[in-house]
Amino acid sequence: MELTTVWFIIIAFLWTSYFFLEGFDFGVGMLLPVLGRDDVERRVVINTIGPVWDGNEVWFIVAGAAMFAAFPEWYATLFSGFYLPLLAILLALIIRGVAFEYRGKSDDPRWRARWDKAIFWGSLVPAFLWGVAFANIVRGVPLDADHEFVGTLTDLLNPYALLGGLTTMILFVLHGAVFLALKTSGDIRVQARRVAGIAAVAAVAAGGSFLLITQLQHGKPVTWLTAGGAAAALLFAAAANGRGREGWAFIGTGTAIVLAVATLFTALFPDVMPSTLGAANSLTTENAASTHYTLTIMTWVAVVFTPIVMIYQGWTYWVFRKRIGTSHIPVREPVK
Amino acid sequence: MDPVDIARWQFGITTVYHFLFVPLTIGLSALVAILETAWIRTGKTAYLRATKFWGKLFLINFAMGIVTGIVQEFQFGMNWSDYSRFVGDVFGAPLAIEGLLAFFVESTFLGLWIFGWDRLPKLLHVMCMWLVSIGTVLSAFFILAANSWMQNPVGYRIDEETGRAVLTDFWAVLTNPVHLAAFPHTITAAFVTGGMFMAGVSAWHLARRKNVEVFRPSLKLALGVTLVASIGVAISGDLLGKTMTERQPMKMAAAEAIYETERPAGLSLFAVGTPDGGEEIFGIKVPAVLSFLSTGSWDGEVRGINDLQAEAEAAYGPGDYRPFVPVTYWNFRLMVGVGLLTALISAAGLVLLRRRGLPASPWIYRVGVLSLTLPFIANSAGWIFTEMGRQPWSVYGVLKTSASVSPGVSAGSMLISVVALTALYGVLMVIEAGLMIRYAKAGPPSEDEVLPPDSADDDDSERSLAFAY
Repeated sequence: MELTTVWFIIIAFLWTSYFFLEGFDFGVGMLLPVLGRDDVERRVVINTIGPVWDGNEVWFIVAGAAMFAAFPEWYATLFSGFYLPLLAILLALIIRGVAFEYRGKSDDPRWRARWDKAIFWGSLVPAFLWGVAFANIVRGVPLDADHEFVGTLTDLLNPYALLGGLTTMILFVLHGAVFLALKTSGDIRVQARRVAGIAAVAAVAAGGSFLLITQLQHGKPVTWLTAGGAAAALLFAAAANGRGREGWAFIGTGTAIVLAVATLFTALFPDVMPSTLGAANSLTTENAASTHYTLTIMTWVAVVFTPIVMIYQGWTYWVFRKRIGTSHIPVREPVK
Repeated sequence: MDPVDIARWQFGITTVYHFLFVPLTIGLSALVAILETAWIRTGKTAYLRATKFWGKLFLINFAMGIVTGIVQEFQFGMNWSDYSRFVGDVFGAPLAIEGLLAFFVESTFLGLWIFGWDRLPKLLHVMCMWLVSIGTVLSAFFILAANSWMQNPVGYRIDEETGRAVLTDFWAVLTNPVHLAAFPHTITAAFVTGGMFMAGVSAWHLARRKNVEVFRPSLKLALGVTLVASIGVAISGDLLGKTMTERQPMKMAAAEAIYETERPAGLSLFAVGTPDGGEEIFGIKVPAVLSFLSTGSWDGEVRGINDLQAEAEAAYGPGDYRPFVPVTYWNFRLMVGVGLLTALISAAGLVLLRRRGLPASPWIYRVGVLSLTLPFIANSAGWIFTEMGRQPWSVYGVLKTSASVSPGVSAGSMLISVVALTALYGVLMVIEAGLMIRYAKAGPPSEDEVLPPDSADDDDSERSLAFAY
């Protein structure tokens, strides 16, 4: 296999891992005002992802940096072209990250309410905009002969992309609800299952139509399988959730996310950013890639270290495998 | 406004801001790991209380380091897309390796450390903080390899077809002579930062004779680390200066505001130049010292800005190849001066702590608390100096800053970005500083608070979490 193809797959893998992992902690963040009715409940919700959200977010950093290393043109065009949406994502991730760490540092209800808002919006904005961004990548954007983005912000906010944003947002809410049902005990767990049931309906509707349009307009024969698989996994998750099989439901939503992202990347290949101003302007795995030498070094590094990362991150989830309920939240003496 | 200027302001603001938190993270993670190790080895509760206290301050700082680091990773693509296209083949690799080797380790094991007090055996728990510490050092190694390549590009060629830089020797990039000096320089400076932070906060408590059993050992450890690291900063700084004189003579000439080539060259202590930095009006010099510092010989030749400008024009075509001298000259002095002062203060502090008990004079403690700010000043001055001193180049001698900016991004978008980030960073700075001061003043947890929960309720599933957000 060509190294450029290998790196396309690695980049797709990194983004898929990112959406699988941060997908549920975005969902948890968006569900904070829904499932956390008082401060203790909100702390239960937040602490389900407390030890892991930061490690999950690193997949995004690494995915971006890997694009820079393996496909510099892709990195340059994407991040300069999608400038304002990406800025919004960065600002959201900044306030969200600080919010997790600082929320509990004061007992003042106003202080906590502000950080709760930061967690909610800091989760919702990227959950929506990532869908917008990836739908636009697949759909194609105006690129000139130098691979520079020559469109405007309104070009990026087309109906297909907005549907993509809605899809990721709802999918992550569902993934987060199922995760919360799996990780909590007591009333929150019951409520999370109820919310997951509602979110599943919305996810099937939004995700189903988004994947169908994607398939009809940009799909390949093989993406019928992945898109169909994603839809089936969603239905499976909904059914499992309905029967209270939380582990299976989580596997279902996770599989749906993995297959949906796989659909997008497979539909994209061998382009990495198709141009709507003629195929000659499109960025592909060939014309966007780094040299063979750079890709060879990067391949060795990725092949050796990615499995190690997966092992120790997996171990973290094992260490913190216990469910959390309101009785587990320590009452801390606040600092004067 | 010119997009290049806006993008440069954003880079400057976000990078200096980010680097307020980074060295403290590097320094404190090791210090916290040392204290926790000391607790495990001796069983003394004071060390555990110290670990919890400094760990808390470390986390308040770490959160800011992480979130501001995200911007660093992506503003190359956003504001500097032509730079990214030009250097991606070389520059992207260390960045990606940094993420894969360092960021994952830091974030994952810190999560384990924060929440794992009752979930992990002691040894595994302290190992998590050591891994965080190693992660921060690895991170510095790779990002400095990338920066050193901008200072002194090696291990590459320019592709004839695309006109872009192409990696030819990754080992050369990792063993870049500038990197081999800049890496120890930065790491030791980070330990000075962590050390002085710990010393300053300890001094505040010791002045009030509060929790002496926690803060006296903390202070001793902090001052010892600061002094040793300061010596490391000086040695590596000397090496870096000599390497820079060889690789980027213009930067070092601008650091000294030397306009005409001199042999031997005196070290300028003070100089006033014309407002544009074009020439010197008045100054005080120590004979021959600069020659020795930059070449190792009392009679070495130090080339001046005007000669180097002529050389650069001959090599690269007409243009202005001089950095803005007032900024380089004063930041260089600030960095070196404040660095030396820090070393002196840590040495003095150690002398004062030789005997049992604590010095009486309140002034000693006031100086100690104020000194906490010194490394942050020196760190910022050092980076402003080395980055401004490389101008007009983004990659020295290869790519100009003016040719690096994103051609497709409007000045309006960039302005929104820099204003939004600066405003947010400003608000966060107030919040962070407020928390830091509040938690620093609050002092360590009491002995009772750090003791393990009573064994009466041994039912693990009902016990509350050792730590929760």
